[in-house]
Amino acid sequence: MTGTLGKDLLGLEELTGEQIRLILDTAEPFKEISERAIKKVPALRGSTIVNLFFENSTRTRISFEFAEKRLSADTVNVSASGSSVSKGETLVDTARNLEAMRIDMVVIRHSASGAAKFLADRIQSNVINAGDGTHEHPTQGLLDILTLRDKFGDLKGRRICICGDILHSRVARSNIWGLTKLGAEVAVCGPRSLLPNAIDEFGVRIFDRIEEAIEWAEALNVLRLQFERMTAGYIPSAREYNRVFGVTRERLDRARRDILILHPGPMNRGVEIDSDVADGPHSVILAQVTNGVAVRMAVLYLLAGGKPELAEAAKGGSGRGREDRE
Amino acid sequence: MKPVFLQGGTLVDPSQRLNEVGNLLIADGEIAGFGRIEAPDGAEVIDCEGLVVSPGFIDVHCHLREPGREDVETIATGARAAAAGGFTAVCAMPNTDPVTDNQAAVGFIVRQGQRAKAARVYPIGAISVGQEGKVLAEFGEMVGAGAVAVSDDGKPVASAQLMRTALEYARTFRIPVIDHCEEPTLSAGGAMNEGIVSAQLGLKGIPAEAEEIMVIRDILLARLTGGHVHLAHMSTKGSVELIRWGKERGINVTAEVCPHHLSLTEERVKGYDTNAKMNPPLRTQKDVDALREAVKDGTIDLVATDHAPHHYDEKEREFADAPNGIVGLETALAVLITNLVEPGHLTFPDLVDRMACTPARLFNLPGGSLKRGSAADVSVFDPGARWKVDASQFASKGRNSPYNGMTLVGRPACTVVAGSVVFRSGIPVRGREGERMNRVRG
Repeated sequence: MTGTLGKDLLGLEELTGEQIRLILDTAEPFKEISERAIKKVPALRGSTIVNLFFENSTRTRISFEFAEKRLSADTVNVSASGSSVSKGETLVDTARNLEAMRIDMVVIRHSASGAAKFLADRIQSNVINAGDGTHEHPTQGLLDILTLRDKFGDLKGRRICICGDILHSRVARSNIWGLTKLGAEVAVCGPRSLLPNAIDEFGVRIFDRIEEAIEWAEALNVLRLQFERMTAGYIPSAREYNRVFGVTRERLDRARRDILILHPGPMNRGVEIDSDVADGPHSVILAQVTNGVAVRMAVLYLLAGGKPELAEAAKGGSGRGREDRE
Repeated sequence: MKPVFLQGGTLVDPSQRLNEVGNLLIADGEIAGFGRIEAPDGAEVIDCEGLVVSPGFIDVHCHLREPGREDVETIATGARAAAAGGFTAVCAMPNTDPVTDNQAAVGFIVRQGQRAKAARVYPIGAISVGQEGKVLAEFGEMVGAGAVAVSDDGKPVASAQLMRTALEYARTFRIPVIDHCEEPTLSAGGAMNEGIVSAQLGLKGIPAEAEEIMVIRDILLARLTGGHVHLAHMSTKGSVELIRWGKERGINVTAEVCPHHLSLTEERVKGYDTNAKMNPPLRTQKDVDALREAVKDGTIDLVATDHAPHHYDEKEREFADAPNGIVGLETALAVLITNLVEPGHLTFPDLVDRMACTPARLFNLPGGSLKRGSAADVSVFDPGARWKVDASQFASKGRNSPYNGMTLVGRPACTVVAGSVVFRSGIPVRGREGERMNRVRG
């Protein structure tokens, strides 16, 4: 089925600002469902969804699963270990087998950039990219943006800096696409060895020093530093990273304004972010996690052909013309 | 063998500044005459009106996969694909399994080439035993068995000392040392050109400098040794500038470029099409423009295909994991006419020079000329034919072409090797009595 977003959600690059706003607006009424005692609406009743995780994930997988279950979809989780993938099955064969089981949607996490598109090109089911290599992680980008919008309202002209390993970050790419499409001013800050060489062509501001980024920004989205980058020689040590690029209390205290702190998790406390910042009054890190479920519900709902204007009604009953049984 | 009479085509042969309508007579495996001559009794007459008749194209860089991957290509299918592309000879790279690094392996490729009875197949021997970059292979014995050059091909010679020795040692046998220029620590893990597109797609990039560092190293080693270094598949503007620098100083460096690097850019990788994945990768428009200029002004000497068939299963996968390479033999001519001749970058005589005359001269091979007494290796092509590429119809076993489905201009019509017609496509053929027969390749 194809709705207002098209068949798949592969990245924020392909979406218009209008479509991004539509997802965020659709997420608003879904937020409330998670606050209920009975956290379930029938909007996707009868739909079968496969969560196909070729890469380890706790937060994203659980968030998707909650979103699916709260919309009453039937879900199956497949992880790479213990499946036919570990027996050497190719992605194309996995795709064909899923298709043969007549599923409605696939949520895919994969270590290869382009894997979600590869799957989407080969099956008729809706495909949602839950992170492909170092390419995009659109639902993470959307939940970050929803969290920023909760605080700022309109994002036009708002100054947001993404800090850390931009080179290997799918979260950074989705954020850059999404935020610029909504009119925000975007900057990146990190060691040059962890920025793409062509970063200036992204149309973002670049800060070599975290102090300058803090001076400029209204919000920092602090990315996780992956430790394998050190063995690969991109940076010398976690210790030096914290001393030069760490988002610390002392650095934030010198800023003229309060700065909103986001982190897509999981955090390395004391490396890219200090604990008193992560747990401080301007941290919205847990609000991001809460918003993640609502955003994913919105994406599932819209891809399944749900009408955005009926999202509020879908909460109480059916968004797909089915009778209300709740 | 019956004489072959190619009648009424435009004879284009830069080796003797020939560019005029005329006839060409082939007898006893040699060019027997051309111009306003008559067909002798008993000759097979082929009507070439409206077609170009030129020295046969020679591809100095292709991968025929035999021995080792006969499921992907054999010397026979590769040689037939070459003939169907207008090539009368191809040089096979040594990255076979086992590696073509000794006289027995070279001899096997020569024999398989002869049995194919299509385009001629010349082996290229490895520079080092097992392409391992450590011990020099036996150049002398390989040349004795039929090798025409040496190269470690896809495994670039990382050691400057080994490259130096190879260039020095190869001088005895007067063969070029071909290098695939790639600084391995800079390119490690790379899947495409490094730039804005790789950054957006989240694919690890290979910077232009990974090629250019080795280009200048090889040029300097050629200066040091006096050896002939031939640089394979140049892909960047910087490489062109470095080669120009070397040639201006009289250094013995020559270079080739592939049709895909003259016609496609990194933009083609968007959508993660693995048929746009090759090494060196597709670069930027700036690079394409510089390469076109370099082919025109002779800084880059010749065009080679880097024909690299792969099984479709191997290409049908995640981009980063897919193998590098595309097939090129059956699209090269059309890609060059469409992208270089039609827009006015290159004339037909220049095209023939870069595809036939210069490869023959630099690699010291038969052919490359329509002069009387030359080997009768001839390409006949329709310079204006528009056709839609259908990879499923290739004579090659490979289907991995980024041009599949595209409409191109220019198509091989007939290929003659050593006086025998080895390929013919829909050409009206006149027998001795003048009756017309429409012979189509079966």
